[in-house]
Amino acid sequence: MASSLKCSLCSKPATVHLTQIVNSKVHKLDLCEECAKAKGVTDPAGFSLSGLLLKASLNTEDAGASPRCEQCGFALNDFRKTGRLGCPHCYETFNALVAPLLDNMHKGTTHTGKVPQKALARKSLYDRLTTLELDLSEAIKTERYEDAARYRDEINQVKQTFGGKPAE
Amino acid sequence: MKSTKSNKPSGENPRNNPPATIASLLATPPELADDTTGKCAIVLTTRIRLARNLAGHRFPGRAAGAQRAAILETCREALAATAPLKRAAQASIDELSELDRQILVERHLISRELSDAKNGAGVVISPDQTLSIMINEEDHLRIQALRAGFQLKNTWAAIDALDTALEDHLDYAFSPTLGYLTACPTNLGTGLRASAMMHLPALVISGQMEKVVRAVNQLGLAVRGLFGEGSDASGSIFQISNQTTLGESEDTIIKRLGSVLHTIIEHELNARARLVENDAPRLHDKIGRAYGILQHSHLLTSGEAMNLLSLVRLGADLGCFPETSRSLVDRLFIETQPGHIQHHATKPDLDPAQRDAFRATLLRTEFAAFPPPDFSGNTDAKTQNDGQES
Repeated sequence: MASSLKCSLCSKPATVHLTQIVNSKVHKLDLCEECAKAKGVTDPAGFSLSGLLLKASLNTEDAGASPRCEQCGFALNDFRKTGRLGCPHCYETFNALVAPLLDNMHKGTTHTGKVPQKALARKSLYDRLTTLELDLSEAIKTERYEDAARYRDEINQVKQTFGGKPAE
Repeated sequence: MKSTKSNKPSGENPRNNPPATIASLLATPPELADDTTGKCAIVLTTRIRLARNLAGHRFPGRAAGAQRAAILETCREALAATAPLKRAAQASIDELSELDRQILVERHLISRELSDAKNGAGVVISPDQTLSIMINEEDHLRIQALRAGFQLKNTWAAIDALDTALEDHLDYAFSPTLGYLTACPTNLGTGLRASAMMHLPALVISGQMEKVVRAVNQLGLAVRGLFGEGSDASGSIFQISNQTTLGESEDTIIKRLGSVLHTIIEHELNARARLVENDAPRLHDKIGRAYGILQHSHLLTSGEAMNLLSLVRLGADLGCFPETSRSLVDRLFIETQPGHIQHHATKPDLDPAQRDAFRATLLRTEFAAFPPPDFSGNTDAKTQNDGQES
């Protein structure tokens, strides 16, 4: 190992070494004098190490690969610019990037609060219906009529639970 | 309690009334100034907001005009179908004048961000102004419940019920591990921000506020001025709220905030007691001068008015003014803001100097019949009615 540490931002020799505790997690950072000044490290009141780490990790991400969200076309660079995501699906697309940020940002990384029970129940019924309908058409295509009849009964059952709402 | 202008319009039977409109809300005094404020001297208002998005739709910042318009329509219908919002006022932001929007911001019913939003942004406000829902702000829905005084539990109950009722009509974007999915990862999980507006004049006067802010920040809570990020703390009013939303339940977040608020209340009460004990002449001088200026000045900026009103409020807490005067002060905190002053004035487009004159006139009128401060030694007991969450 080299004797002197390098600046985490510009890789000059680091002379400022920071340790900050955020949400009981220890963050360490080594900076050269210029970067330390530029980031306002010398002003203890207005400086957040986690904010700096967030930006640093965003910038070191491999920009070449730059995946796009298949549902909204959102790219990594957009997130860097705005700090916001494009659609709910982005959380799956950019999970590898977002997940480590959450650790610094929140008390935990797993939701433990309220769950929209009614909406989720509705969604699982809807998903079940879609699967059954696919199974049904597949069964008809391959002339498995006994299976088809069973699927049809199940579909009717699910629709009844829905209150007859999705007619298709 | 004696009737003041801050009371809700009397004789209204909500069942027979037509839906509220934004114009009718603007003509009504802000909910902030409800009489219940008198019950808790230090916490002016409690506010909780939930960030929610619809599954399978782009977040507002990424959505095209037509998509935003469709979301607005879907959300409006869903909101109108819930019991507390049956008679709610609703508007698209582009239908509202700049002044109307400013007044809504001053009442904390919409954010500055929504006020500046263009097409597809909307707001729905319950007739009593305790619920306001922003549509297509940063998230599809920003649901907010507002109560006068220190009422975390009641406020949570109200907003939780509305949120659950909305589930009947809307499919929220939700992940079992990340919770409610929001445009900004800082709101993930519960999407909940609970905040209290606190009046902390003694901590400011005795120079302890910086220390309090630092300690509160270390506990993962944010401290802001009256109008949120970047606003100054004129009137010694501070907003204290949770910063993290993921990894803890709503209940835990609210309890943790509540216990910190109790501690801050205690510190404020101690600081008041010390001021009364060690520095009564300086304290009485400040309160007396504030009273004099409010009764006799002819030019007042909103910042100065806030600071003077803050001292009168402190005086009321210390027993120098009648207990009932607190609700007048709380109403004036809002009604002396620039948008409200412009709204009260009959002349259009006042410049800042004319507004300052109008504001001073309004305050001279309000304080003309106000009793002079009574410093006859009872300035310690009245502060003890605090710290209890109602």
